[in-house]
Amino acid sequence: MIQTINFLKPNRDNIKNYSIIGTFLVLVSLIDVISNAFLKINLTSFLPGSLTTLFPLIIGLIGLNMMRIDYSGNKKLDLLNKNINTNNFNALLTLLILFSIIKALPQSLSWMIFDATISGDSKDACTGTGACWTYIKVWFRRFMYGMYPNEFHWRINTAFILVIALGFVGYFMKENLKKYLALYYVIIYPVIAYLVIYYLISGGSFGLQWVETGAWGGLSLTFIVSFFCLIFCFPLGMIFALGRRSNLPAIKYISICYIEFWRGVPLITVLFMSSVMFPMFLPEDFFMDKLVRVIIAITLFEAAYCAEVIRGGLQSLPRGQYDAAKSLGMGYWKMHIFVILPQALKLVIPGIANTFLALVKDTPLIFVVGLAELAGMLALAKTNPKWLGFAMEGYIFASIIFWIICYAMSKYSYNLEAKYKTER
Amino acid sequence: MDNRGIDFGFGFLSQESSFDVQFSLIEYSGSDSYARAFLVGLLNTLLVSFISIIICTILGVIIGVARLSSNYLIKNSAAWYVEFFRNIPLLLQIFFWYYAALRALPMPEKANAWFGVTYMTVKGYYIPAMVWENLNVFLYCGLAAIIAIIVLRNYANKLRDIQGKQIPVLFYSASLLIVLPLLSFLIGGVSLEFEIPELKKLSKISYIYEGGISLPPELIALVLALSLYTSTFVAECVRAGIEGVSKGQKEAAASVGLTPNQVLKLVIMPQALRIIIPPTTNQYLNLTKNSSLAAAIAYPDLVLVFAGTALMQTGKAIEIVSITMLTYLTISLTIAAIMNWYNKKIEIKEK
Repeated sequence: MIQTINFLKPNRDNIKNYSIIGTFLVLVSLIDVISNAFLKINLTSFLPGSLTTLFPLIIGLIGLNMMRIDYSGNKKLDLLNKNINTNNFNALLTLLILFSIIKALPQSLSWMIFDATISGDSKDACTGTGACWTYIKVWFRRFMYGMYPNEFHWRINTAFILVIALGFVGYFMKENLKKYLALYYVIIYPVIAYLVIYYLISGGSFGLQWVETGAWGGLSLTFIVSFFCLIFCFPLGMIFALGRRSNLPAIKYISICYIEFWRGVPLITVLFMSSVMFPMFLPEDFFMDKLVRVIIAITLFEAAYCAEVIRGGLQSLPRGQYDAAKSLGMGYWKMHIFVILPQALKLVIPGIANTFLALVKDTPLIFVVGLAELAGMLALAKTNPKWLGFAMEGYIFASIIFWIICYAMSKYSYNLEAKYKTER
Repeated sequence: MDNRGIDFGFGFLSQESSFDVQFSLIEYSGSDSYARAFLVGLLNTLLVSFISIIICTILGVIIGVARLSSNYLIKNSAAWYVEFFRNIPLLLQIFFWYYAALRALPMPEKANAWFGVTYMTVKGYYIPAMVWENLNVFLYCGLAAIIAIIVLRNYANKLRDIQGKQIPVLFYSASLLIVLPLLSFLIGGVSLEFEIPELKKLSKISYIYEGGISLPPELIALVLALSLYTSTFVAECVRAGIEGVSKGQKEAAASVGLTPNQVLKLVIMPQALRIIIPPTTNQYLNLTKNSSLAAAIAYPDLVLVFAGTALMQTGKAIEIVSITMLTYLTISLTIAAIMNWYNKKIEIKEK
């Protein structure tokens, strides 16, 4: 049997031989790489020079080549061939990806988990070669709450829980109250949320001690800023989107100028403007908190992006919708509120979600005007003389947190999109 | 403003700036004017945007095509690459590269040579500098080659329209592009030498590379973060563009007898590019605007040099912030106008 094997063209007649030899060769190459990466044993050290490094690749390629039998009749083999092994180039890429994952795994695993330290509460605990999660543990409260006094952290937590609970009110509203839902989310909810955050987190009344906004920080500040900007930028964006499509030239050109201006400048210069230029235009005795100024700046900035996304939705609606609404005797506002906007907004859910994601990812920028949210707290912690040299851990920690938030948001937007999708 | 004692005016632009900039493309010292400092910042911004745009395009196209691969592993690795780099704030990525990853590089005296002549150290990336002789002759040759290619293309198009003949334009243009500059070396007296960086001891413990060009770590961190971040968006644009061309187009083109190369060149690419180019230009604009984050790691770009240092020194907040914003606005609006014109040109003319 073995003599009839043609090494160049595997065929169905000898499928068993080919698949067994092929699998064996691929396994050999994988074992070689694994033993090299995990156990640091070079099985092929008897081979000369660069051949040692190329050995698993060559063996693996030959193996995959032998396994590549079209319509073999074996379901598993067909599935494998179809997915990772359609031709030699694909096989090469497959092997390279597999090998690089195997090579990277032990190093990153041992740095992040096996050699890492988490016990203790000072830098001295970190003596190993791995990551020092002690640093994150000790600084955790600072990363979450900034310079907010430790004994008042419950106030931030309560405020957040209250705000989130209020946000879910819409789900439990009675059927006959549902028509006020938009009113609630656009006007009442932001006001209540503002009052809750103002009285609970700022304090100053009801026997709560005043904490100035300069002390706010960490991830909670990221949430506060993104929350208010999200709430305010959406209605504002809607107004400018409608304005840009208006028939009145004044409104139209004001909207166009507004949108094009904010979309043309980087956020960082807007923040600079809010912190150094804006106060000069205010009356001398008028004081506006830095945090409020930043929130206004980001809101105005993102509203322009929101407006463009919503305009896209408005434009994609067929003219018939407008005409039908008008022929029913609806005026401008009635037509937009009941016919146009519900359909347009449904269409632009992915775009709006992208804008919101961009907003959340932009919040670390408030660091340039001296508000220390998560990235700013990391920069502070990094320069602390007691904790020098742990920048890597800090940034990995922050990246993971932001990644989870953003990934969850994007997945949620897919869900929303699927939920409101209607056949047209 | 008046009762605050602030005087408004742009006279400060011609004053002596008296601050130094670490890294600049043009000659600059403290005795130059604020206007020149502005130019230094602007050029640095454009430099970092330009390099990042090139890298992110290459990466983005590769990843975008990989997402459409039939190979399960490649498809998913590309998808995870996109999900990973897209969902981490750019500022954190810049910080990560600058403060964590690039700080782990070796000191100059311990650095190993990459490709034999370049050195990646904690103090920056040292690459050989090119020393040209008669550079202008070389540039003229390049220019001549480009003009010749344009003429050739027009001629080939005419030939195709009138006589139906095809000539291999790509081959001719490539050879023109290589041969003409090569001739300038042989005949025109152009010569090129490389100045390779060499290790030099400054004091007992401090070493530095001399000669060649040194790219500061700020630039490298910025380019890495910007191009990795933006490449995910470019990849999505590329994927959407290729998916947007319907399968029937390809089959129809094949059935009229076009070769696979012609199908790609004449049918698929023009349609895919129509979908790809507008959003990709948007991403390039975003990248240029995002390069202003350079200020956070002290790369001397427009925001840091002008809206940072110059503002601190002169206190002319209104003037300086407006100039900075207007500069970015001009760049954005110019490119947006060009894009609108381009869109009008390529859009499908429906009746």
